[in-house]
Amino acid sequence: MVERPGWASGDIDLERPSVARIYDYFLGGAHNFAADRAVANRTLEAMPELRGVVLTNRALLRRMVRHLLDLGVRQFLDLGSGIPTAGNVHEIAHRVDPAAKVVYVDVDAVAVAHGRSLLLEEPNAVALRADVRETKTVLESAEVRSVLDFDQPVAMLMIALLHFVPDSDEPCRIISEYLDPLVPGSYLGISHSGFEEGEEGEGAAEARRTYSSQVAQMTHRTTGEITSLFGDLEVLDPGVVRMPYWHPESPDDVDEASARFPGFAALARKR
Amino acid sequence: MTERVDQRVPSSRSELDPALVAGAEAFARTWATAVIGSSYVPMTRAEVAEHLQSLTEVLVSALFANPFRTAPGYEIGSRLVEAHFTGTDTLGRTVQLLGDDLLTELGIGVDNRMSSRLAALQGALAAGYARALRERTLAEQEAIRAAVLDARDQAEAALRASEARFRAMFTEAAIGIGIADIEGRILDVNQALQDMLGFSVEEMRQYNIRDLMHPEDSGNVWRLYDQLIAGDCDHYRAEKRFHRADGEQVWTHLTLSLVRDDHGEPQYQVAMIEDVTDRHLLQNRLRYQALHDPLTGLPNRALFLERLGRVFAAAAGVPGRRAGLCYLDLDGFKVINDSLGHDIGDQLLVEVGRRLDHSVSGDGKLVARMGGDEFVILVEGSESTQDIVNVADRVLHELEAPIKIGGHELTVSASIGIVERPLEGTTAADLMRDADITLYWAKADGKSRWALYNPERNAREVARFTLSATMPAALERDEFYVDYQPLVRLADSRITGVEALVRWQHPEFGRLAPDRFIELAEETGLIVPLGRWVLRKACQEGRRWLEEFGDSAPFVSVNLAVRQSRDPELVRDVKRILDECGLPPHHLQLELTESAIMGTADEPLEALRALSDMGVRIAIDDFGTGYSNLAYLKHLPVHELKIAGSFMEGLRAADEEDAVDAQIVSTLVQLAHALGLGVTAEGVETPSQAKRLHRIGCDTGQGWFFARPGRPEDVDHLLRGGL
Repeated sequence: MVERPGWASGDIDLERPSVARIYDYFLGGAHNFAADRAVANRTLEAMPELRGVVLTNRALLRRMVRHLLDLGVRQFLDLGSGIPTAGNVHEIAHRVDPAAKVVYVDVDAVAVAHGRSLLLEEPNAVALRADVRETKTVLESAEVRSVLDFDQPVAMLMIALLHFVPDSDEPCRIISEYLDPLVPGSYLGISHSGFEEGEEGEGAAEARRTYSSQVAQMTHRTTGEITSLFGDLEVLDPGVVRMPYWHPESPDDVDEASARFPGFAALARKR
Repeated sequence: MTERVDQRVPSSRSELDPALVAGAEAFARTWATAVIGSSYVPMTRAEVAEHLQSLTEVLVSALFANPFRTAPGYEIGSRLVEAHFTGTDTLGRTVQLLGDDLLTELGIGVDNRMSSRLAALQGALAAGYARALRERTLAEQEAIRAAVLDARDQAEAALRASEARFRAMFTEAAIGIGIADIEGRILDVNQALQDMLGFSVEEMRQYNIRDLMHPEDSGNVWRLYDQLIAGDCDHYRAEKRFHRADGEQVWTHLTLSLVRDDHGEPQYQVAMIEDVTDRHLLQNRLRYQALHDPLTGLPNRALFLERLGRVFAAAAGVPGRRAGLCYLDLDGFKVINDSLGHDIGDQLLVEVGRRLDHSVSGDGKLVARMGGDEFVILVEGSESTQDIVNVADRVLHELEAPIKIGGHELTVSASIGIVERPLEGTTAADLMRDADITLYWAKADGKSRWALYNPERNAREVARFTLSATMPAALERDEFYVDYQPLVRLADSRITGVEALVRWQHPEFGRLAPDRFIELAEETGLIVPLGRWVLRKACQEGRRWLEEFGDSAPFVSVNLAVRQSRDPELVRDVKRILDECGLPPHHLQLELTESAIMGTADEPLEALRALSDMGVRIAIDDFGTGYSNLAYLKHLPVHELKIAGSFMEGLRAADEEDAVDAQIVSTLVQLAHALGLGVTAEGVETPSQAKRLHRIGCDTGQGWFFARPGRPEDVDHLLRGGL
């Protein structure tokens, strides 16, 4: 039998909110539709600080990519990349090295279609539509195989991704399957929505419930849980920390609210 | 629409007064602090400040430019959006900050002209920002919609490709595929299924699944179908036959699967049907070949035994069920085969098979060829033995008409063993064995007949068989012994000789007389060593008597079986035994039957002559019961005739005398004397018989009247004490 991926339903439903488009809306983009904005605004009502959280996450992505470029990495596998809006990985990377390779992977057909149109003239960056949980599909795709050189280190980015991967989908297995073909000296960067035990406020809980019921199941994790996702990788300084504390660019980027920031980040290296 | 504005930007910032530059720097920092966090811009805080500084310088230049133009304000608004300061708070804070702080930071007095210029620049900035944002928004909306269309196109293309693949698979599949709704209405069938059943799609669509029922379908097929339709099972496999449009049948392997809708409710059924007709027919043919005789086309031994087994299985626990077997073998088939060739023989078997099949048709009857010229007829559910006898009679009658083959007119007959009995308490193997035995009886009884199985006869045969099987060991174990019956000279009642009579002291059956085992020994050939043993035993005894009684010692008379008389070693054996025992040859008499002597060819006769020349006496035993060539008799090396005991019946007593018997005995005595032979009468039981025999002139008598056969000591006693 011909295997048909689950998403190939031909059903692109604009009435159904999309994680990627909602994220774009939070970032001030217009790559979104009424249904996306309705959910986004409802979430914002419950958790007004969410927009700042998203902005911080996007800034973290920029910092992490630049950090990786400083570490000499020139290949990026951005899993759950979303709408290619302001501050894309390839834009950041190409400012440092136009030869840097980037593969975007997302399950959202619209996000990927948009990415492809943006990247038409871009030989070193491609977008792949796939469910990141299907690791074999991703790793054996023509996009990944043609752009990335597995003899060289690859930075695998899971930015704001894993809180959409519940434990039942075995995130550790997924991560290890991705890391398996990568050479030592490759990296895994993660940013993850989460709280320490008992920290989640009512507003955040409400926002999470709205998101879970209308967009995608959300799983907050603690630093301990996030650390265990890295398995036996070498987690680089400063370890698994609240996002604002991860290599801030200016003392002004950190304030007293950072200590309770509802999300963590870390970068680790494959030994 | 807003006023059309000049968007040309002043080129140089170096024209600015250094104090203004410093003020601009201070303002830019404040500005950065105010707008950071209001929008996402992919820059560090420092990069933001730097960017805003350059915008501030443009603004300051515009403020002092002559002529004054608002275009730079417009440009700044536009560049904010370009840097992704798309949060509308950015614009609000920027406009407010320009109004509140800019002139102060630059150290410029607030005058109407400057306020007015600033206000104009603020307006232009807002307009430029709004226009850029609007354009960006429209562009992004357009981009995302285009992306939606692209995504839809791709998904649809993928779907079309996928559907095309599935369609091709459906259409081109070699296996028959049909789809029906849950009511059984056929919706679509592929080419393979159309070809298989011979109906077009349109014709098939007229049908309901249940119209495809076949009378031979197992109950399972439709029971599972109901379960599937009810959603109780998701698929099943079955063997199923279909009627083709042309009336032929198709044997298939059917796999029926249930397709459910999104809610799990049964929606469609999909049938995958594989045509296995050829395989089925081949299997049937192979099975037929395995179970039928290729020559006659009749069921073979395997099928017969299978059927017989089923008869027994069906009868298990049903008291009173009976069955019968006719085990048939052609008489003299080997001769036909050998003389006319196997081809004729085969054709004969074909015709016999045909006649058997013809004469024994009907339910519960089976004719099978067991191999060679053996056939068997099974009759199930017989009422009595007569039913089977009728069948056997019919068969024998049917075979009476000559069979014409290749110019030959062959007459065949058959022998039939019949077994008929209740099935309870017997087995298929018993039935077969008994039929086989009975067939042998029919042959032995003269062929061209049937014989009925008879348990007593069987028991006898079994006993005979047991005896013949145990005889060689018995000889080794000394279970045989010899009794002696005196031969008495009628003239003086003296014992002149003794006849050696072998006995078998059987550990199971007790003392056995020769009539129980001599014939068997003849059949098996054991008579030769047994006879030799008896001869030796008798000679040893004769020697003992000779030593003990001297001249009055009796000669020993020993029976010689036909086979012994033809044994080429006979003369040498006799001589050696006589030598070993030290018995003079004239103390030994050998008794042979008429037929043994008369029927002999030259060679045995030579042996008899040699024995006779040696001095051994030769007697003809049971004389008068066979057919003797009297003319020939005088040329034979014979010394004595023993008249069979049966003739003594008529000499029993004077008043009961049978004139014919008396005449015969008298004639035989005269004949013997005429030939110079002695005469011994056997079976003498009464004094009057003895008296009459003496009167007739008979030389010697033997029988109970004189003495019964006894142990050698008994003979000793008689020799000592007389009769």
